[in-house]
Amino acid sequence: MPAYPPLSLHIPEPPGRPGVPTDFSYLKVSPAGAVRRPPIDARPDDTMDIAESLVRVLDDDGEARGPWAPAADPALLRRGLRTMLLTRAFDARMLIAQRQKKLSFYMQSLGEEAIAIGQALALAPDDMCFPTYRQQGILIARGYPLVDMMCQLFSNPRDPVKGRQLPVMYTSRAHGFFTIAGNLGTQYIQAVGWAMASAIKGDTRIVSAWIGDGSTAAADFHNALTFACVYHAPVILNVVNNQWAISSFQTLAGGEAATFAARGVGNGIASLRVDGNDFLAVLAASAWAQERAHRGCGATLIEWITYRAGAHSTSDDPSKYRPADDWARFPLGDPVARLAQHLTRIGAWSDAEHASTQAEVEAEVMAAQKEAESYGTLASGHVHDASMMFDDVYRDMPAHLRRQRAQAQGA
Amino acid sequence: MATMTMIQAIRSALDVALGRDENVVVFGEDVGYFGGVFRCTEGLQAKYGKTRVFDTPIAEGGIVGVAIGMAAYGLRPVAEIQFADYVYPGYDQIVSGAARIRYRSAGDFISPLTLRMPCGGGIYGGQTHSQSPEALFTHVCGLRTVMPSNPYDAKGLLIAAIECDDPVIFLEPKRLYNGPFDGHHDRPLVAWTGHPRADVPEGHYTVPLESAAVFRPGRDLTVLTYGTMVWVAACAAEETGIDAEIIDLRSLWPMDLDTVVTSVKRTGRCVVVHEATRTSGFGAELAALVQEHCFWHLEAPIERVTGWDTPYPHAQEWQYFPGPDRVGAAYRRTMEA
Repeated sequence: MPAYPPLSLHIPEPPGRPGVPTDFSYLKVSPAGAVRRPPIDARPDDTMDIAESLVRVLDDDGEARGPWAPAADPALLRRGLRTMLLTRAFDARMLIAQRQKKLSFYMQSLGEEAIAIGQALALAPDDMCFPTYRQQGILIARGYPLVDMMCQLFSNPRDPVKGRQLPVMYTSRAHGFFTIAGNLGTQYIQAVGWAMASAIKGDTRIVSAWIGDGSTAAADFHNALTFACVYHAPVILNVVNNQWAISSFQTLAGGEAATFAARGVGNGIASLRVDGNDFLAVLAASAWAQERAHRGCGATLIEWITYRAGAHSTSDDPSKYRPADDWARFPLGDPVARLAQHLTRIGAWSDAEHASTQAEVEAEVMAAQKEAESYGTLASGHVHDASMMFDDVYRDMPAHLRRQRAQAQGA
Repeated sequence: MATMTMIQAIRSALDVALGRDENVVVFGEDVGYFGGVFRCTEGLQAKYGKTRVFDTPIAEGGIVGVAIGMAAYGLRPVAEIQFADYVYPGYDQIVSGAARIRYRSAGDFISPLTLRMPCGGGIYGGQTHSQSPEALFTHVCGLRTVMPSNPYDAKGLLIAAIECDDPVIFLEPKRLYNGPFDGHHDRPLVAWTGHPRADVPEGHYTVPLESAAVFRPGRDLTVLTYGTMVWVAACAAEETGIDAEIIDLRSLWPMDLDTVVTSVKRTGRCVVVHEATRTSGFGAELAALVQEHCFWHLEAPIERVTGWDTPYPHAQEWQYFPGPDRVGAAYRRTMEA
């Protein structure tokens, strides 16, 4: 036997810490337009090169380049930009309202708005989404009333989920938006089940599943890839790689050794790695994946590279674990600024319109907030009656819950 | 009417459900082409096609997860977990998903799925093919947990479970699949053939959930039990000559408390029998309920006869299994107290 050195355990470290600027060379960014666009019926193993590069359409000057540049109607892009501005304004107002204790907790999507909104615009309105807590952009893009979102956040008597869920855990079957779980990743395999059901019934609706880079470590992610591959499930498997899971850098989910997109290829699923801050790339990659699902080519995994610009939630303080200027230095920039630059370049947007739209969406959010607050907030104590906590445990309330409800009411 | 084993009764229930409702789908490991390791789904894929009855990857978390997605879509999934001992990778999906989707969405989405799983020992299955994990499910609000003790109930309860809009954990005592079993492992096997509880209608019927059965009326004491132990409890009554009233709970939770309370108030004595381990077992809940509702009628402490608090051993199976001698001794103690 040779004399081997003692073994040592590898603990991944992020490429930046407070006071140590991040070295973003780890990101592996391809130039805009450089990555090929395979045919819709590409074999999964014919996407490995794309899973290891980065699909980008918009270059640094806001020009759309290469085979992925979508033939997008400027009206659709303008709608996308307005929806991103609205979502960002909504998030900003709700952060303030949380500090005012009108809601107990909030999670913003700052910096990654393009992914949820771009995909929502690429999907049919009745395609089913199984989101995480950072895809409020889907609901807003699909026209779910801001007032209803706020009533959920404020846990007031108009909260559609009766005060049972943390703020942000929306649900709306009517908007193809599955009830959000606080247990990370559980929705991913459930989404595959919905897609299998859609195929079993000969439906034409497909599914969009969502997970973050951190939660790809969970068994549900791997189960979802296995089932999606085995049954050719008509599902888009989105992995939002925003670099951080609370304080855990994406290398703690295995991002150091291989891309998250490469995990799809290894599981027999066509996979793309895409610039998630490039609205045009989001539209194009989502459309490609959607087309595959509809044509029976099976699932597509898309790893979206983006950056969680804000704290994980209002209970988090990222200044404790990452450099304060990280987002400003992130190589893929801000999705709002990049789409505005492109639209301005093609003559479909202007600084003046940007300013007026900004004012418009802020007014819209303020008006919605005024109305929602009139129904009550957590701070005002206007919440659903406590006796309703016994409803919906079962379809029909069993005897033991009727007894407990009577006890709770002091009967 | 036909004489059916418990396996045939379960298969018949699945057949009836698949035939009546196009939204019923049946799946699990080895369930499709092969028909299941216990043969409960034999012939169903050939009859209903591969998209209604199919095999799955060996991933219980995946099986339960896709069942939840299908149920939310509008299907009626009936998933088989090959042994209850294998369900644990799916437990998060059951607890955080199936049990709570109606509640957390205020009824916007529901989870009408049935999870069938063989449970219990007596087949030399060792610690990974013998467990009775019912208490892990009765503790979870939003679930219904069911365990039949005979072919007639198995079919009627399974159809009721599939038609129920709530998620149902359907535990099948595998030692009863081919015949009633009184715990005397050293005696010849008894088949279901000719047994009155194996007379099973071929068509549709249900045994309602939340309804217990008085398996054996009696005056001396009340036995609360379910599954295989119903037969063991009845054997112990015959052998001790104690006139035990044996209540087969059938639905463990939510349960039929009225039948229990009526009986215990009348007999004044209560023995709880289950095969699962003792501590925090479902028997603890039963004893607490009897204490809460019947305390002033009790003439003796409530006894529990259960499996020991050890993993289910292989070679020592019959020392672990709470057979008729242990149950009978508890009857005597209760009568003498």
